Amino acid sequence: MEEKVLTRHFGVEGLFRIEVYREQGGYKAVEKALKQMTPAAVLDEVKKASLRGRGGAGFPAGVKWGFVPQNVPKPRYLCVNADEGEPGTFKDRYLMNHNPHLLLEGTIIASYAVGIHAAFIYIRGEYEAVALRLEAAIDEACRNGYLGKNILGTGFDLDVVVHRGAGAYICGEETALLESLEGKRGHPRLKPPFPASVGLFQCPTVINNVETLSNIPFIVQNGAEWFIRQGLPKDGGTRVFGVSGMVQKPGIYELPLGTNLRTIIFDYAGGMKDGKQLKAVIPGGMSAPILTADEIDLPMDFDSLAGAGSMLGSAAIIVIDKETSILDVLKSVANFYSHESCGQCTPCRIGTAWINKIVRRLADGEGEQDDIDAIIRLASNIKGKTLCPLGDAAALPILSICQKFRRELEGYLSHA
Amino acid sequence: MSPEYPASLHRRIDEVAALYPKKGAALLPVLHLVQREVGCITAEEERFVGRALGLKPMKVREVVTFYSMFLRRPIGKYHLQVCSNLSCSLLGGGPILDYLRQKLGVGIGETTADGRFTLSTVECLGACEQAPCLMVNFDYHGQLDREKIDRILESLE
Repeated sequence: MEEKVLTRHFGVEGLFRIEVYREQGGYKAVEKALKQMTPAAVLDEVKKASLRGRGGAGFPAGVKWGFVPQNVPKPRYLCVNADEGEPGTFKDRYLMNHNPHLLLEGTIIASYAVGIHAAFIYIRGEYEAVALRLEAAIDEACRNGYLGKNILGTGFDLDVVVHRGAGAYICGEETALLESLEGKRGHPRLKPPFPASVGLFQCPTVINNVETLSNIPFIVQNGAEWFIRQGLPKDGGTRVFGVSGMVQKPGIYELPLGTNLRTIIFDYAGGMKDGKQLKAVIPGGMSAPILTADEIDLPMDFDSLAGAGSMLGSAAIIVIDKETSILDVLKSVANFYSHESCGQCTPCRIGTAWINKIVRRLADGEGEQDDIDAIIRLASNIKGKTLCPLGDAAALPILSICQKFRRELEGYLSHA
Repeated sequence: MSPEYPASLHRRIDEVAALYPKKGAALLPVLHLVQREVGCITAEEERFVGRALGLKPMKVREVVTFYSMFLRRPIGKYHLQVCSNLSCSLLGGGPILDYLRQKLGVGIGETTADGRFTLSTVECLGACEQAPCLMVNFDYHGQLDREKIDRILESLE
């Protein structure tokens, strides 16, 4: 059985309370970082650990922190991305619910490393219960000297505010998140400038996912070499995989990066539900191109999934059985992106809506002969032509479904 | 005549606004507060929030109409939002929605005549391991089947 890191103490009763968290060794990494290490030493250790962003993009966290200019006379901000909107993804909900202090500890250390004194946790509005739990944890941390002024007597100050979103998938995109946090519509910004130099309120800003930050205390405590040993040299640590769909045991499974996808589904998640047959797998949240049943012998890490033409994304694995019609899957995907396109870029706004209409027509048994090609053409005209990654996130899974399951889709045409 | 809002709401708005370097950044949390108090955000609430945060009413409307959680007209006492995304639909989210429609006698987006229930569909709630799931106001319910729906509705009556 592999060593768990982030979820190791999940079975401990009351872990979300600060005294229990401390009994399990909690907040020792903050002590170590703030009292024994310079900010530069923390940054260096995180860089060496090959910690890649757990939100989906997989960008190295230490490198991101390193981009923040230190010589600008402006405040710097940390935004914790707890928007978790990618369909299939629920790992951050578990991490925050069971172990809110771990996230706070990572937040404090990250802020120390980058010289930040104000952090915002942007949490999706539906997670009200989780937001309340985070707020209670912040109160506890303040009362125990881990947040607020002069943390642990070191002279370092940090305030953390929980900010509730209000139902918009796009706000998980980092620049849309910033706009939303400033009290505006979640319309992504043109990059560059990148948030590291021009972010929240036009100030240098770091944006990290919940799971990314939750790894930081372990890197500080155990070192970069240890962290890499938990995963792969270019992709350190574990990943909290979320498995849902037609499996026996849906849930989260924390495993080393590089664990085989088939093993996750058939060993950890108990295999197919009710003896059903595997048809396809979406390996990294809905934005990830679909894999057929014979494509799942793959190590689950960023580079391997990219090599297989898909992506690790948020490590959310959705398992689809043979009895499920691929048209129903396509309908879900098309409907979602059409609903969630922010409307700013024409190819995405019009393209996703048009695709959704054609897919519905197919589902109503009124498909026309060139409909599949029309979907492919529309999706190809979204891909690479939008300000933010939502365009690709819509186009790529749709293209992969149309290409890999074309024959089945054509079957729905011939019924028309 | 503009409606009176309770002093406690004014106080909460000021507290929340003080958490941000710029007042306008508190718009989403303040809209949540007002919606909780009033039930929805009409043009009246848009003006009220705009005054409180120093924003033009149009700025407030831009935001209210962008985010799906902000309601522009009153709904029932209990808002039932059934996830229609992939993991839930694989495991029977569709039949759950049909059952609720039939049981409550309303369509999607409609409210029962007694004003108790509003039925909606919603995109992924981030509870896919409990599929099929729904939200009742802010409470999550998962692994739904007909019996469980019956029990939930009874507990709300």
